[in-house]
Amino acid sequence: METTVADLSIGEKGKIKEVCFNDIPLKLLEMGCMPGKEVELVQIAPLNDPMYIIVNGSHLAIRREIAELIKIETTAPKNLCEVIKS
Amino acid sequence: MRSNKILNVALVGNPNTGKSSLFNQLTGLNQKVSNYPGVTVDKKQGICKLGDSVKANILDLPGTYSINPNTIDESIVLETLINKDSKDYPDVVIVVADVVNLKRNLLLFSQIKDLEIPTILAINMEDQLERKGISIDIELLKKELNSDIFLISARKNKGIDALKKAILNPKNTNKTALADFSNRMDATFFKEVKTTFKNHSLYKVWLMITQLNDLSSLTEKEQKDIEKFREDNTKLSKLQHKETVLRYQQINNILKKTYSVDQSKATTLRAKIDRVVTHKIFGYVIFASLLLLMFQSVFAWSEAPMNWIDSIFAKLADFTRNQLPEGKLTDLLVDGIIAGISGVIIFIPQIVILFLFVAVLEETGYMSRAVFLMDKIMRRFGMSGKSIIPLVSGVACAIPAIMSARNIGNKKERLITILVTPFTTCSARLPVYAILIALVIPKKGYGMFNLQGLTLLGLYTLGFVAALTSGYILHKTLKTKAKSYFVIELPDYKIPSVKNIAMTVLEKTKAFVIGAGKIILAISIVIWFLQTNGGNKFKNAKEIVKNEVNTSLSETEINAKIASYQSEHSYLGTLGKIIEPVVAPLGYDWKMGIGLLTSFAAREVFVGTMATIYSVEDDGEENIPLQERMSKEINRNTGEKAYTLATGSSLLIFYAFAMQCMGTLAIVKRETNSWKWPIYQLVGMSVLAYVAAFITFIILK
Repeated sequence: METTVADLSIGEKGKIKEVCFNDIPLKLLEMGCMPGKEVELVQIAPLNDPMYIIVNGSHLAIRREIAELIKIETTAPKNLCEVIKS
Repeated sequence: MRSNKILNVALVGNPNTGKSSLFNQLTGLNQKVSNYPGVTVDKKQGICKLGDSVKANILDLPGTYSINPNTIDESIVLETLINKDSKDYPDVVIVVADVVNLKRNLLLFSQIKDLEIPTILAINMEDQLERKGISIDIELLKKELNSDIFLISARKNKGIDALKKAILNPKNTNKTALADFSNRMDATFFKEVKTTFKNHSLYKVWLMITQLNDLSSLTEKEQKDIEKFREDNTKLSKLQHKETVLRYQQINNILKKTYSVDQSKATTLRAKIDRVVTHKIFGYVIFASLLLLMFQSVFAWSEAPMNWIDSIFAKLADFTRNQLPEGKLTDLLVDGIIAGISGVIIFIPQIVILFLFVAVLEETGYMSRAVFLMDKIMRRFGMSGKSIIPLVSGVACAIPAIMSARNIGNKKERLITILVTPFTTCSARLPVYAILIALVIPKKGYGMFNLQGLTLLGLYTLGFVAALTSGYILHKTLKTKAKSYFVIELPDYKIPSVKNIAMTVLEKTKAFVIGAGKIILAISIVIWFLQTNGGNKFKNAKEIVKNEVNTSLSETEINAKIASYQSEHSYLGTLGKIIEPVVAPLGYDWKMGIGLLTSFAAREVFVGTMATIYSVEDDGEENIPLQERMSKEINRNTGEKAYTLATGSSLLIFYAFAMQCMGTLAIVKRETNSWKWPIYQLVGMSVLAYVAAFITFIILK
């Protein structure tokens, strides 16, 4: 299983690895969601969907089904904030 | 000699870049809204004086993130910019960008630049530069992008004059394409395209192949060629993705040299606020409170101005009757026209407040958060989070609400939203609800709640529940499968600009009053005519009544009898009695039946119709308020009061569900491009209304 944006937890960041050409709407790409960019998960809506991400300076809301198509490698450790606090 | 040169200028830009602010700044009050031919997209145009002899016709194109359209609104941008023969084809394009999202805005700029139209880049929100720690090397950027660039602040009216000067000399504005990506995308494919279409620019043909639906402006051979290139869909979509990546690479390279952000100043305030505003619990609390505040203000703030308007019109009617000689024309003026117009004017205050709220929610950026919060829930009812906007603004009027459903990319979700929006309680139902509630619901209070207010709240809830329930049913029954493209931007929070909001409210209110006003006025006149004319029995009413009744009655009583006899035997009365068997099971008499029938043009017509019917009958008496007249009214079939708890509630329920608005039906027809859906809507909602009203009447009788 590869990690996707849908696997991020709130506050976590990742780097986009690849975007499936056929499944992703062009619009998402146009908003700056492309390989090499850092993506941060800001919030997940109640009922676990949609997801609020920041990528390439754009604040976007996308549905989980699309988030699952954006493959990433996680950059920051999962609980960075807690590490610093402790 | 003064020549009156008019330049066509188009404003293009991402949503939330302050494009409308710039438009308002350039045109002031010289703007008009019309429709693009064939579609109901608002076409905003305005005149801007550039110099002594030159004017610019400024066209505010719908906001879009790229020239590749996803929605009908966005396709207007492409169609306007690609067709050189269109009368809207711009001499100059101004691409509005904002300093914070410059990178993304430049994607659109680079696409438009490649169309080889003179293009100016206006970077807006100059006032944000310092706060966000951004610095831009404008001179270098000008060189790199090979374009005129202006830093402006549309809200603070900065840099606008320089921009106007640049529009004045469009020839000086550079119009060469930024770059040719075709070789890096797919050299063989584009070589073939180039040799097939020698007379067109390559990028334009590429857009025609991938985007344009309407190819009618091309020759038959060209159309065939385009179709040929369209065959391999997967390849095209891959190329489009590639193009976007290449464009961004170029933009990144340019911005590296010219644009920098001081990270220490880059605040994440927006994300911080959003964590609260979209929180699982607080998010809903905030959303619910805002809605509650909205409804509360609609009723609390509008009461005084409505009473004031009411009294003005009562005085005007009295004054007109006293000043003019008695006769048919005076009757038409007072009972037909003045009564009809006051029926529209009276609920301007409520509409203004509703539009105001919706405009503020949109302008501040809150609306997108509500969309985010509600998406999953709305999906269970076959809709999208974006359906919140139509459903909430449907509280003002279903027509603009249904038009705003255009932003929903998914076809099925959009269709369901369009079909169920008319269930939300629009302001046209308000005057009907207001007068009926005042008539039949007791003025009792329970603690802080009052029964009349609760009834109204209940009717609003009923509307939303009906919309969601029918959405659910449609979701389960409609078989269309559509791929969902749900991507929305959560824009930066903004303090709403008073000017923008005032313009929006003014424009929407004006459209509503004129639209509804025309129908109401026409119907009032028709009703008045049908009621003051009739066959033989109507003409000989005086003799017939005098022969029938005993002479001991006073003259006023006899006159009243004549008036009601005439009303019953007028054309309107005859028509009313034909439909009476249909409405009798719901507890209505023929007059209420007529009110119901005319309401199918527009709901608010009910009040005007009742005003006309009852005031004609009361001929000669001074103008007493409609509500008083209605409370005295006797149902001629039962001999009881016409408006009781049972009949009144039955009417309320009927109005809650019935599809009584020609304007909405016309919009649904245009938006769905078929008569099928508006007819389903009309039949389905009206049958539901009839059954529900019948049950209500039976239970309460």
